[in-house]
Amino acid sequence: MFKKKEKLPVTGAKAEDKGAVKVGLKPAPLQPGAKGADKALSEQEGKKKSKPREKFREKRSVADPNTPFARALLIPSILGVITFFVAPFLIVIYYSFLDNPIAKEFVGFSNYGAVLGNSAFQTAAKNTLILSAVSVPAAVVFSLLLALLLDAKIPMKSMFRTFFLSPMMVPVASIVLIWQVIFHYNGSLNYMLAQLFDLAPIDWMKSDKSLMVVSVLFLWKNLGYNMILFMTALSNIPKDLIEVARLEGAGGIWVLTHLKLRYISPTVVFVTILSLINSFKLFREVYLLTGDYPYQSLYLLQHFMNNTFRSLDYQKLSSAALIMALVMIFIIGLLVLTENVFGEDIEE
Amino acid sequence: MTKKKKKRFSLSKTWSNILLGIVTVFTAISAVIFLLPTVLTITNSFMAQSEINANYGMIFNTVTGNKTFIAEKVNLKFIPDMVSFGQYGTFLLKSPDYLLKFWNSVIYTVPIVIFQILVALGASYSFARLTGKIKEIIFFIYIVVMLMPYQVTLVPNYLVADKLGILGTRLSIILPGIFSPFAVYLLTKAMKRIPKAFSEAAKLDGASEFRIFTDIYMPMVRGSIFSVMILIFIDYWNMVEQPMVLLSDEGMYPLSVFLSKINSGDTGLAFAAAVVYMIPSMLLFLYGEDALVEGISGSATLK
Repeated sequence: MFKKKEKLPVTGAKAEDKGAVKVGLKPAPLQPGAKGADKALSEQEGKKKSKPREKFREKRSVADPNTPFARALLIPSILGVITFFVAPFLIVIYYSFLDNPIAKEFVGFSNYGAVLGNSAFQTAAKNTLILSAVSVPAAVVFSLLLALLLDAKIPMKSMFRTFFLSPMMVPVASIVLIWQVIFHYNGSLNYMLAQLFDLAPIDWMKSDKSLMVVSVLFLWKNLGYNMILFMTALSNIPKDLIEVARLEGAGGIWVLTHLKLRYISPTVVFVTILSLINSFKLFREVYLLTGDYPYQSLYLLQHFMNNTFRSLDYQKLSSAALIMALVMIFIIGLLVLTENVFGEDIEE
Repeated sequence: MTKKKKKRFSLSKTWSNILLGIVTVFTAISAVIFLLPTVLTITNSFMAQSEINANYGMIFNTVTGNKTFIAEKVNLKFIPDMVSFGQYGTFLLKSPDYLLKFWNSVIYTVPIVIFQILVALGASYSFARLTGKIKEIIFFIYIVVMLMPYQVTLVPNYLVADKLGILGTRLSIILPGIFSPFAVYLLTKAMKRIPKAFSEAAKLDGASEFRIFTDIYMPMVRGSIFSVMILIFIDYWNMVEQPMVLLSDEGMYPLSVFLSKINSGDTGLAFAAAVVYMIPSMLLFLYGEDALVEGISGSATLK
């Protein structure tokens, strides 16, 4: 997107030039009669005008958009981002290599070793990764499915869209109560399962099933947003391409796998990144559902960070934050790379 | 040739109609499932505390005396036996704690939304207009900061709040919120979609840079501004991580954290509070759904 936009003005200018040349060369006799004369006249006018236009163009290249005003508008934001994110993050990097902030003794990577060897961190990292690994692909697949459903010519589309999007606007805290009613050991889901299938009750929140419950909450909340992204991507596929494929006798599934999925692959990557970031916010759901002491498989990185904040262990905090940042950058970098590889032949 | 084509078309039409019917029914069912938890929360908020006790006593341990009736099984009910506004009355008049926490949420969210947008409007204008390598590097840093989860950014935020002496105050949450690069990113993308020809034409007509900003760029991204506002609002209305780490006084917690700490006797009240809490975001959503959808659509790539 970035690159394209930058290229645009150049190609635009080229097209203009070509257009100008064509108009100039176009033989007037092609259109006989008054119309032709008119055209010829207007062409002459155009030629006359073309000189000042060139002047303007020169001016344009001189008047570049890098004005002091445009620069000045960036200053508040940059100052804020540096003060609250970039500068303290550099300090965090610095702290992560120190013995303690007072003695300031350089200890190399030993803080990192300590964090990585910490069993609480290991559990938290493992749980967070598992949770993301389960819920992110599910979010991508199901939201794509919803988008495909709404892409079909079904009635009441906009109403369905509203329904799917509405969970996004419901604060987690508001929905926690009903979620507890549903997933409690004595809750309605177990009751329903017992009535319908004669199943023994499952302790959803206090067993390994809790991961599933949280993933369902995640999907419930995030599918709508992702669905919109996919719907946009699907509607951006050139219609004639699909029509041609259909005329050539391609079936619906072929069109889906060879055309649609290929075209929306950049969006797949984007939705994956977005879902990954959102999956790190799942702590909210977990905390509001289970409080400070969740079932062990729901002990997430944020729990670990909260506990470390409480003991104010700066070295541990710093190195843990850095490890997480590096892992995030690595994963997202990998995803962006795949987008570049896959997206190459699609963007012309 | 044409005959054959026609035949195939009509045949496939009946099939596609049946398929379409199935798809519609399936979509409708899943759409209703998506709406259900919200609807249930709302309807349950109209139950009197005694009815909540009776239905959900097993879950929230609301046994306060021997006289209260508790059903053996949990009854998830759509419609209360008796519609009661009592919980709302209690919420609004008799429980200053909940109201205070609601007010806390407002105090955090409103300044963050307004000032993040204001700061971002300027910054995104710069990013959309400026050229050059340095700008791109800065924008890249913004994206990286934006992609970091709270687990990472809270450490620098804590550090800086500590250094500035605002740790434990409301400012420690509001200030990082204002400068969060999220709005900058989305608005920059919106402003980059504005053709350069517009600003160039305005310049030729003698418009100042300030006029280009206020009379061309701002009005043209109005929809995006609204959708970004909704997105920021819901994110901070929902906040849990920041107050837990940055605040020590639980009296300053927003309702989003406080709602999970209900006393077992107050379940009915909590339902009412939950509904009141979702009203602002729901109203925003119903009012601005189209702008929101457009805003989301415009953000469909990372770069």
